[in-house]
Amino acid sequence: MKNELKILGVVVIFTAILYWGVEPFAHTQMHKHVDGEHFAYSDLNESTKKGNVENGKTLVMGAGACTGCHGIQAVAHKAPMDAATAVSAYGVNPPDLSTAGGLYSEKFLANLIENPAHALKVEHKFDAAKGKMHPMPAFYGAGGDKAQEIADMVAFLKSIAPKEISPKNAYLDACGRCHANRYGKLDQLGETPTFKSETDTLKHKVAVLEYQDKLKAYMGKLPPDLSIIIRARSEHFLETFVENPQSQLEGTSMPRVGLSAEGFEKVKAYLTQTGDPSKTAREAIGPWVLLFTLVFTVLAYLWKKSMWKDH
Amino acid sequence: MAHFEKASSITEWLDQRLAITTVKKVMALEYWIPKNINFLWAMGMVLAFTFALLTISGIFLLMYYQPNVDTAFDSVNYTIMSEVGFGWLWRHIHGVAASVVFLIIYIHMFTGIYYGSYKKGREMIWLSGMLLFVVFSAEAFSGYMLPWGQMSYWAGMVITNLFEGFSPDIAGGIMNAPGLVEWIRGDYVPGQAFLSRFFMLHVLLLPLVIIGLIGLHFAALRIPHVNNQDGEEFDYHEAAKLYKEGKTKESKVIPFQPVFLSKDVFVLGVYLIFFFYLVFYHFNFAMDPVNFDPADGLKTPAHIYPEWYFLWSYEILRPFPKDPGLIAFGFAQVAFFLLPFLDKSDTVAPANRRGLFKYWFWIMIVDMIVLTVMGKLPPQGIWNHIGLVAAVVFIALFVSLPWVTKNENRA
Repeated sequence: MKNELKILGVVVIFTAILYWGVEPFAHTQMHKHVDGEHFAYSDLNESTKKGNVENGKTLVMGAGACTGCHGIQAVAHKAPMDAATAVSAYGVNPPDLSTAGGLYSEKFLANLIENPAHALKVEHKFDAAKGKMHPMPAFYGAGGDKAQEIADMVAFLKSIAPKEISPKNAYLDACGRCHANRYGKLDQLGETPTFKSETDTLKHKVAVLEYQDKLKAYMGKLPPDLSIIIRARSEHFLETFVENPQSQLEGTSMPRVGLSAEGFEKVKAYLTQTGDPSKTAREAIGPWVLLFTLVFTVLAYLWKKSMWKDH
Repeated sequence: MAHFEKASSITEWLDQRLAITTVKKVMALEYWIPKNINFLWAMGMVLAFTFALLTISGIFLLMYYQPNVDTAFDSVNYTIMSEVGFGWLWRHIHGVAASVVFLIIYIHMFTGIYYGSYKKGREMIWLSGMLLFVVFSAEAFSGYMLPWGQMSYWAGMVITNLFEGFSPDIAGGIMNAPGLVEWIRGDYVPGQAFLSRFFMLHVLLLPLVIIGLIGLHFAALRIPHVNNQDGEEFDYHEAAKLYKEGKTKESKVIPFQPVFLSKDVFVLGVYLIFFFYLVFYHFNFAMDPVNFDPADGLKTPAHIYPEWYFLWSYEILRPFPKDPGLIAFGFAQVAFFLLPFLDKSDTVAPANRRGLFKYWFWIMIVDMIVLTVMGKLPPQGIWNHIGLVAAVVFIALFVSLPWVTKNENRA
């Protein structure tokens, strides 16, 4: 018995060293190490102003302001253009702002309004000095204290955001305009409808393809489908990449998303639903299977003992 | 025609026609196994069980898998993982078992090397085992192609490229095989023809060969018998006689069923705890994240590496320039086959009681682990140098084995 445990020890030690070498250690050597900041966005300016919702509403909904391009369903404001027209006009479809106050970091929103290319970390692509303007114009102020006005707008967006945002809606608003998710039956135009006639199915497919072509022209390539990205990348990679795409992939045209920590958790929950749907079942059944093997082993041990008694 | 009496029971009826009592006696009740063994002797059973798990889970996966370049990825990652009841469980069992089976194969192999169970009449056990290792490798590789992810595609590309042979300017191009790579792939790059044929190999031809070889491997054990912890040679008839007379304590053997089996099943139980822990909680090592990106011939992954069990031989190829690398790689593939013939010692004993071979064995283990780790690391800087040294050590170990073992006979 002592001998057997000694042998087992040798086998386990060599196996553990081997495992450590090809898994944890090799991965630290193969991938760039990026420290996250848990969605603190410390490179952006902090504002101390307290926003006024009423004034924010006037600024957001006013003539020539946000609603000139963005829809806000929460206050029954329809987007001025449909997705296909918008993508032709701007290169990218401007998001509906209903959930923005609930999903994105307050700090990020304020900086985004003031200087979109900077907050989105796409200045390498949109350099105003070279005449390459970001499709979303910077906010130059409405005549009063600009910082106060920005705080007001953010306060308004926060006030209209729903209390509960489902993981799916979080995904749709934060990622869905560029990334399809075929396992979740989502394309860049939203939920992929099912049609009775093949003609309609094909028409929709063509609309999606046309949208994707515009998107390709804007982004340089078609952003990947995110159906199973939760298993293709580590959790740490996804978190730091969403927090700051440039940190993991320098020069990428993907903008910083600006999610708050809670917003990211929601998006992650949706990606887990589509990419790792068995997680719940796995965690539910796992302990029972292990318990079974444990009982099996104990019984087998007793059998072995009785068999070897006289040997 | 033989004369048949009317049977009075089903057992008797079957016995008249199939001699089941004799078969049971020969294969189990009086199949004698040495008593002086430890749990490493149960690895054969663990392997057989894992192979059964692979076959059964494979059959379930086969019912939903689609060997088509457009649908293969989603049939695995969507249909099987979310639409088929417990499809995820079968897939995780299959994926984890495919990786763990190699860990057990290596333990089984090095047990054989440590106790000298490859020589003095046991050569065929060793050779059939090594053949099994090679076919298992082919089986693992062909299976890895099927999900048609990025690593399937690029590993398929890299490994089939090896069949290009040597550079055309070596020996007048005699060892260069133009067109062979394309013939293997059925196309210029891995595509539908490639996927279809690897699918066929994985689910039909190779499993058939494996089953045949397992039969040969078992049969090869019959005459030389299983080795024991001390490499002791004894008279099995004598030992079996003692046992049957009821002197079980004095006898050096035990019957396969139920005594040996009871220990096998216990070891199997311990193994299954470990195995199912991996299946439910720790499976990423066996299901590489890179393969969850669909195959894309226009996008090379940053790091292309084989599964962990191929890394040591990959690392014997990689640190050298192309042609010497191929020779070294070829050597690595046959080296273990040659073991019974390179070992010039007549002693069958644990490595620790065998003079220089003791050092040879432990250096070999450490070297294999170093090669494996270096095979995964990016080939840069210090890793490249360590890899090269380890590869040279591997070759040197085999080349020097006859001299390492020769002196043992004098003692």
